[in-house]
Amino acid sequence: MQPFRTHAGRAAVLPRANVDTDQIIPKQFLKRIERSGFGQFLFHDWRREPDFELNRPEAQGATILVAGENFGCGSSREHAPWALGDYGFRAIIAPSFADIFFGNCCQNGLLPVVLAVDEVDRLLQLGATGPLDLTVDLERCEVTGPAGFRATFTIDAYRRAMLLEGLDEIGRTLKLEPQIAAYERQRDMEGVA
Amino acid sequence: MPPRTLFEKVWAAHVVHEEPGGPALLYIDLHLVHEVTSPQAFEGLRLAGRTVRRPDRTLATVDHNVPTGDRSLPIVDPVSATQVRTLVDNVREAGIRFYDLGSPEQGIVHVIGPELGATQPGMTIVCGDSHTSTHGAFGALAFGIGTSEVEHVLATQCLMQSKPKTMEVRFEGRRPAGVSAKDMILALIGKIGTGGAAGYAIEYAGSAIRELSMEGRMTICNMSIEAGARAGMVAPDETTFAWLAGRPRVPTGDRWDATVGRWRALRTDVGATFDRSVKLDVEHLAPQVTWGTNPGMVTDITGRVPAPRDFEGDADRQAVERALEYMGLSAGTPLEGLPVDRVFIGSCTNARLEDLRAAADVVRGRRVASGVRAMVVPGSQRVKAEAEAEGLDRVFADAGFEWRNSGCSMCLGMNEDILGAGERCASTSNRNFEGRQGRGGRTHLLSPVMAAAAAVEGRLVDARAFL
Repeated sequence: MQPFRTHAGRAAVLPRANVDTDQIIPKQFLKRIERSGFGQFLFHDWRREPDFELNRPEAQGATILVAGENFGCGSSREHAPWALGDYGFRAIIAPSFADIFFGNCCQNGLLPVVLAVDEVDRLLQLGATGPLDLTVDLERCEVTGPAGFRATFTIDAYRRAMLLEGLDEIGRTLKLEPQIAAYERQRDMEGVA
Repeated sequence: MPPRTLFEKVWAAHVVHEEPGGPALLYIDLHLVHEVTSPQAFEGLRLAGRTVRRPDRTLATVDHNVPTGDRSLPIVDPVSATQVRTLVDNVREAGIRFYDLGSPEQGIVHVIGPELGATQPGMTIVCGDSHTSTHGAFGALAFGIGTSEVEHVLATQCLMQSKPKTMEVRFEGRRPAGVSAKDMILALIGKIGTGGAAGYAIEYAGSAIRELSMEGRMTICNMSIEAGARAGMVAPDETTFAWLAGRPRVPTGDRWDATVGRWRALRTDVGATFDRSVKLDVEHLAPQVTWGTNPGMVTDITGRVPAPRDFEGDADRQAVERALEYMGLSAGTPLEGLPVDRVFIGSCTNARLEDLRAAADVVRGRRVASGVRAMVVPGSQRVKAEAEAEGLDRVFADAGFEWRNSGCSMCLGMNEDILGAGERCASTSNRNFEGRQGRGGRTHLLSPVMAAAAAVEGRLVDARAFL
């Protein structure tokens, strides 16, 4: 997994709440058996609307997405973070994320950043009128931007470490094989299915 | 030991390893696998030179993209066919029990797990599908995961998980006739919103839950995710044990008695506390129907399409405005009477035998309204066979419904069962997101009896008039 330490880039703003994973990557693109190549299908239907936020000139080349609450709700499809990452996004900022989507992002080096509602609103305003460039720093857990914008965020220490190092979580768990085997033996003895 | 909730008991029993302040390594008892979210996981294992640790705790089927028409024909869509074939190859290589397209046990993964008795109280169950919460109806801790986590479970039979908070949802009172589990869960989502339970595992309790069949409890737990919950659970009771007894994968004889004895302890202790509690009275609950583009946009069938100004905050108002435009609805329009083009009775939410029986009771002796295309897609081939043994297929076919083979079908439209742009559908499924059932399609979520009534009337109607 690609490590995430700090990233500076153009931010696209998507002032919508409850953006579901069906919008992020519609079902007809879930039949592929690869992890790559999903970026071209990101927000497939919405991108066909001329006034869709990602179609704005200042959103071109964006690597940070700022969105409304409960981003990524619905289906557990990891194709959603794959599509966002393949499109070029490295971080998503929102007041809240759906649980499964949040975990899926972390598995792919795509940093989900939770900021307060008023902080996200401020970013949405800043991005509504012109280009918005932000820096997302995971080492300092801080987002900085124009007009003195500065906000801190929290993320659990485990996920932060995984992202900072780009760790292979499976490899890490496999080191706990003796504990897993002991757990299984114990359960077998207790006769638990 | 201090009093604990059902969730805390199941969680604690599965912690393999825990570091202070970190997530827990949870043991996974049952891993359900399907064709759409697994190919990249198996490929990841192969690339890393890893193998499936416990094929005996893994069970696979094909459901998401499979055709629901003639099973003797090959899958027409070459991409779907490749995805299905990839699963066949992967499960064969790993030695995983597989219910293929021709199997009498094939079906939607969340329908066949319980049917086979693979889903049992107190288990941890995962699947690369958000509706895995369904299995919580049995007192299991069951939740959806992404493909990287599918790979993690295949390799280690464990998952790193942060402990969610707990929420108790009490449904109290006697459910009126014509009002079902689907109406209960839609009402809850309407009350707390699509993100209302994010970060929580819900336990459903109260007299109205106790009175529900297992099918009804599955419907409720299934849609926990539509409120954002990580999982939904119901404490097992006599209804649970009776439903599971005799199923293929449950213990028999003395072992059954011992197992049930252990399952009886799976309940929230008196004095245990939840991080949040919500209460709903079902005594006066009306059949629910969604009017918008997420399951929280829902109201009584006797209600009207709301106006953006009925909501607080610009974000909500804009969301409602957009939803009404997408749905082709004007504020103030009564929901009852809205003409429908399509009716879909199916999905992991509402395609079990009880659902089909309830719908058939409405349909019997009536005809699907002219101009309406209606289909029934049983949740599994076993449900289909049982329904046919009761003659339900004739009831539906005589009325003009299509009677199809099982799969996820038009719930998500990965196969050819999709809505056309602008088509309005009364659907027993779980998501009314834009384009969910087909690009430009307009979905109204409702219960099986409401869907059946909509089919025969050709418009949304109050199913209580059909009782």
